[in-house]
Amino acid sequence: MSFQDDGGPIFARIADELANQIADGTVGEGERVASTNELAAFYRVNPATAARSLTVLSDEGLVEKRRGVGMFVAKGARERLVQARRRRFADRYVRPLAVEAARLGIGPEELLGLVREELASVDVTVGGEA
Amino acid sequence: MTPAISVTGLGRRYRNHEALAGVTFEIGTPCIAGLVGRNGAGKTTLLRILGGQEFATSGQVRVLGAEPLENDAVLRRIVLVREDQTYPDLKVRHAIAAASLMYPNWDADLAATLVDAYELPPSRPIKKLSRGMRTALGITIGLAARAEVTLFDEPYAGLDAVARTLFYDQLLADYTAHPRCILLSTHLVDEAAELLDRIVVVDHGRLVLDAATDDLRGTATTVTGPARDVERFIAGRTTLSTRTLGTNTRAVMVGRLDSRDRELAGHLRLRLEGLTLQQLAVHAAERHDPSALTAAEAS
Repeated sequence: MSFQDDGGPIFARIADELANQIADGTVGEGERVASTNELAAFYRVNPATAARSLTVLSDEGLVEKRRGVGMFVAKGARERLVQARRRRFADRYVRPLAVEAARLGIGPEELLGLVREELASVDVTVGGEA
Repeated sequence: MTPAISVTGLGRRYRNHEALAGVTFEIGTPCIAGLVGRNGAGKTTLLRILGGQEFATSGQVRVLGAEPLENDAVLRRIVLVREDQTYPDLKVRHAIAAASLMYPNWDADLAATLVDAYELPPSRPIKKLSRGMRTALGITIGLAARAEVTLFDEPYAGLDAVARTLFYDQLLADYTAHPRCILLSTHLVDEAAELLDRIVVVDHGRLVLDAATDDLRGTATTVTGPARDVERFIAGRTTLSTRTLGTNTRAVMVGRLDSRDRELAGHLRLRLEGLTLQQLAVHAAERHDPSALTAAEAS
């Protein structure tokens, strides 16, 4: 994770990674999330940056503070994340896919074929809704 | 709250040479700030003045609210580790023992940990240490002093990448446990970029940039692609430099990009890369005019 990488400020990217872990169930509901100090050491970033990423998650209601103990994944956090991501899915992934396909002259049938092929080779249970 | 460090109109003149002129900035606490500039830009002079080892010829200096020069009460709360730090004819453990008496917040356990980590031989005369080991001794004293204002002047001389990483990790761990004001001068800005809350750039004795690192991110971008498209993309923007190779152009432009800019770049197939902190510092120093970067910061 470095200063000039695209994808916004470091704190947002760390928050994203933490949200990913909540979304895919790596950190389950009610489990403790890493503390500011742990995050600062792990990502080798300023503690103020690490604290900001936790604030983002807490503002989104994904984690809750328990005084003196730490931050914990809130109830329903995973479900809400998944819903929010489903809403963004078309914008983020389908549209760029369609644009690039048009550029390369890949027609609708061919594109759908490629997607089906990919689906067959991907373990669809990863981060799945099952 | 009184800032940990505050200088106003600071100047230092040596006979015909103006080492510092009109330098004004403040650093609050807790904060890790990077002091950046070319050789001879005035970094060491500035740190020495802050550490009470040098006097200013004009302007005002306040460290922890007081003038540091010959002010013993304040000097015990400041540690300055110099790149060219010389020690009297002592052994490693004597230097550490002396430092432990000087600094009221001295952490003997941390000092022992660092001596081990850097494999410093306690009984070896400092004169016989390698350059890297002398640097490691400076780092050990600088961190274990746990002074409210900790000043490091190029704490890297002779350190390899592994030892530098150890320094960053120890600095971060101790800062997290004991937040304070740390100002370190460095040539290796990008290595330390994520540790820094803010960056202060000096050039030819003048302050050319003073900004929070988070605010600087994305304020300048390198755009690469076919010359015509790059020109179209950067039209009306401030450019810091342009280079052309055949039909390809690389331009560095100032100003934040929004999603429409990115869409246009994608459409034109231009490659966008944010400038590193080091590159931003270099541009600030070259231009002597931080207004473009700071204007972008404000937007």
